[in-house]
Formats: sequence, C-alpha cells, structure tokens
Amino acid sequence: MSEKKVISGSDAVAQAVKLCKPKVLPMYPITPSTLIPEKLSEFIANGEMDAQLIHVESEHSAISALYGAYAAGVRTFTATASQGLALMHEIIPIVAGSRMPAVMVVANRALSGPLNIWNDHSDAMSERDQGWIQLYCEDVQEAFDTTIMAYKIAEKNNVLLPVMVCIDGFSLTHVYEPVIIEDQNKVDLFLPEYKPRHYLDPKNPKTFGAFAQPNTYFEFKEAEQEAMKEALKEIQNVHKEFATTFGREYGGGLIELINMQDAEYALVTVGGTTGTARMVLEELRKEGKKAGIIRIKSVRPFPKEEIIKATKKIKNLGVIDRHISIGSEGPLFTEIKATLKEENTKVAGFIAGLGGRDISREMIKKAFEIIEKGEEGVWLK
Amino acid sequence: MKQIIVLGRGGQGAVTSSQVLAIAAFLDGKHSQAFPNFGVERTGAPVRSYARIDDKKITLREQVYKANYAIVLDATLISGLTENITDLIIINSNKKPEEFKIETKAKIKCVDISKVALEKIGKPFVNIASLGAFSALTKEVSIEALENAIKQQMGSKGPILEKNLAAIKQVYEDSQKNN
Repeated sequence: MSEKKVISGSDAVAQAVKLCKPKVLPMYPITPSTLIPEKLSEFIANGEMDAQLIHVESEHSAISALYGAYAAGVRTFTATASQGLALMHEIIPIVAGSRMPAVMVVANRALSGPLNIWNDHSDAMSERDQGWIQLYCEDVQEAFDTTIMAYKIAEKNNVLLPVMVCIDGFSLTHVYEPVIIEDQNKVDLFLPEYKPRHYLDPKNPKTFGAFAQPNTYFEFKEAEQEAMKEALKEIQNVHKEFATTFGREYGGGLIELINMQDAEYALVTVGGTTGTARMVLEELRKEGKKAGIIRIKSVRPFPKEEIIKATKKIKNLGVIDRHISIGSEGPLFTEIKATLKEENTKVAGFIAGLGGRDISREMIKKAFEIIEKGEEGVWLK
Repeated sequence: MKQIIVLGRGGQGAVTSSQVLAIAAFLDGKHSQAFPNFGVERTGAPVRSYARIDDKKITLREQVYKANYAIVLDATLISGLTENITDLIIINSNKKPEEFKIETKAKIKCVDISKVALEKIGKPFVNIASLGAFSALTKEVSIEALENAIKQQMGSKGPILEKNLAAIKQVYEDSQKNN
C-alpha cells in the first residue's frame, strides 16, 4: 500500500532507494547529505533492507567501491555533496566511461573557499561535463520520484550512463513536506530486478577500466555522447511510464513549462527556486503580465530542441544560475544563449543564491521586471 | 498561507516542534512544510525553525521574513525576535504579556510551559508541550492531530512519549482557560 506522510527530503530519498533494492551502498556522510546514509543504515539494521552498507574512509573510496560493486554486477547507491563530490571527481568520469548505470544523489551544496555548508549548484554544475545524466528536483516528492526513475533511465541498454539526482541541500534535504511513499510491489513492476549485461565473471573473463589508445579513446567518448542522445528519449519514455504508473509528472521529464502557452517573456529556473518562482508568477499573472517559467529538469543531457520549441514566441528570456563559471558567467546562461543563437530571443543572465543566500520572491520579481524590459541580467543579492 | 516561527535555544527542540506541527497540520487535511533555519547546530545558541500551513500545495522555498505566529520557547530570546509577527506571539513564561517591552502589532500570550513540563515530564522539555498552547490559542491545528503527530514522531520512545502527551494536554487545557 502506498502511504502519504510528512517526511524530510533525505528521508524521502532513502525510502525511494530502499524501494529500488540496491545491494551495495558505499557511503561517506557529508552535510547536507548525511541524513540519507543515516536513514539507510537504520533500514539495514532493522532488517527492512537487504543490502551491504560499506563505511568507506572517503568519498573517493565511496565512488571507487561503487565502481567495484557495479563491475561485480549489482545495483548500488551513494550520496554526497560539495567537497565530497569534488573528491570523487577523479572517478566520476571513469564510472560514466565504463558505462555503469549508477545512481547518486547530490545534496547540492556550495564548494568551499571559503567553507560554506549551504545550498548552491557549484558542486554538481562543476561535474556536468563528465558523462553523468543530471536531473534536478523541485520538491521532496520529486526527489523521491526522480530517484526511482533514475535507476530505470540509467539501466536502459541504449543508455547505460550513471545518473546524478540533484536536490538542493537543506532547502530540500531538510524540509518536511507531505510525500507519497509508493508500494513495493508497484515499484518492483516499474523497476524490475537489475540484470547486468557486463560484469566480472571468472567463467567469462572481461576487462573493466581498460586502457584506450588514441585510436580508440575518441570512439569511447563518441559513444557516450550518442548514449546521451538516447538518454534524451529514454528520460521522456521512463517519465511517461512513471506518470502512467504513479500518476505524477514533471513536464515531459526534460523540461517543465509553466504558463508558457501565451507567454511573451520567461524565466529559466533549475531546482527548488522554481517553487518560489511559481508563486511570483501567480501574482504576475493576476496583474495581467504575460510571463512564464521554463524549468529545466534535465541539465545533462541538455534538452536543446525542447528549449528552442518552448521559446519560439518568447521575446525576452532570463536564466537564473546558482553557480558561476568564474571568469565567464552562469553556465546555464551560456548554454541557453548558444541554444538560441539562431533565434530572436534576448537572454539575460542572473546569478543568485550562492552559498545559501536566500532566493526570495522579491529577487525573482526583480528578475522578471528586468526580463520584461529586455535589460541586462544582474547578480541578485 | 500561515507561517509560524519557533524560536528556542539549541537543544530545546525547536526544530522538532515545527516538524510535529507540520505533521499535525497534514493529519488535519492541510498542506504543510517545516524547515530549520539552516545552519551549524550549537547547544544554547538561538535556533529558529519554521512551519507553513495552507489549504493548497506550498511551493514557496524562501526563508520566513514575516510570520503570523511565533512560539518563543525561551523568554530571554524575545528581543531576538526581529521578524514581523502579525497575529500572535506565544511566550513560555510566568510573567504577564505587558512585562515584555517589544514593538509588535501581534497579541502576546504568556503560558508557563516550563512549569507544566517540570510537573509532567520532570525535565524542562517544552518543545512538544508548547504546541498545546499553539493549538488552543490559534485553532490552526487540532489537539488530536498533534497527539497523533507526536506518536508518529516519537513512537519508539516509550515513557517519554507518554509524558510529552500528558504535558501537551495540560498546556492545551491551561491555555484554553486563559484565552
């Protein structure tokens, strides 16, 4: 039986992971992701979950053990944030390059320098080029749902790429909200037991983490890029199947359009900021303003075609980045501009919410005003 | 949408108060949200926690800048309550409301929650008990839903659960009489 109750984002993620039945969980706790391994340890200790949680000595070991477990042919899980993800960096592209369908939850937190434990997207955004699918969530229910969808997307034979489920640290991980926890049998039907195509088997020896010379490395990367194109389709397919099975949907799985039918100007958001922006949009609509929101759920693969289609009638667009590519600009801003290079849409870039700075309704209202006038974007502080 | 601030000291359980409140509001059939003022936890330092209650889904993720209600678990923190409170401030105190010289348009009610906690729990645990005053004075959440929420949140804690249930009931009844 499914059950609806008020729980934290971390609890919801742990519940989703339990339902997906991973067998090996190499975990190294780091704020604000710590409550996830805490809850999973509890499930295992209570006998509610049949899995091995490995207390590793660092995040580098967590991702390395996860690699090993996938090579042995089992479903796995880990979670991290900020410097923890940065410490994993060496192994991150190896997991993708070895085409392991891993799932990791990133409780988005600012990267240190100076030390800061609060939310922004600098950790995950800095890993966006490494071959992992990145799906960002707006609320706690979506964190639960996306974790389940992530395994199904990753394990598709034409994808076989790892997925980062990105949830805002604190403002989602530590928030209590009503969440529907789905029934195990229903999840089992949606996500059948993991059947690896390639794994270490003494009877049928294979090499993992092989050496690739200049005559083959290139083709490996080409294959990852092709798999990302397949992922664009499979994210939508899995999302559709999820919506049919569980009755909840998030746009088409790649982007979500809010009041875009007749919009003349729009704001592009990622993650929890979208919820606050929805409230501002509601007020703007009451005032008769033709505003809209495009929420990007899938940052990798980047849904170019969907964004071009969604902005056909949009004169002015704005993008909120919770990360800055220092020396350049917000990475989503850059990417949206490149996507719309053939279009007549003016794009403004906003930097907001760095190191946990609150993104208030006031700030979003100001961003909408700037976009409406077609002015340059600013830092929303 | 109603917004609530719980102000206490690290270790007093302000975060649990807001969580129990959100669970109770949900059990009453409403939508709710609870979150701490994200930060580093230090015993004794001022701690804020928030709850939101609404009839429709709450999508707002900004901090709470203005609230309908405040629950102050430690009266010595009252000068730190800088947010604009519009409706009611509940202070855990045996003093009279007029003894608190604060600028606010909200009503102030004093309830001696610590006294009840010492009687019923044997320790000054006021976080759960304070919600009895909130229920009686605001009617935003029912006492039955609060009791069920406490059971859900503290289910495994046996005797302390029973003591907290006794304390919240007492505070609820006292607050009803004083209203």
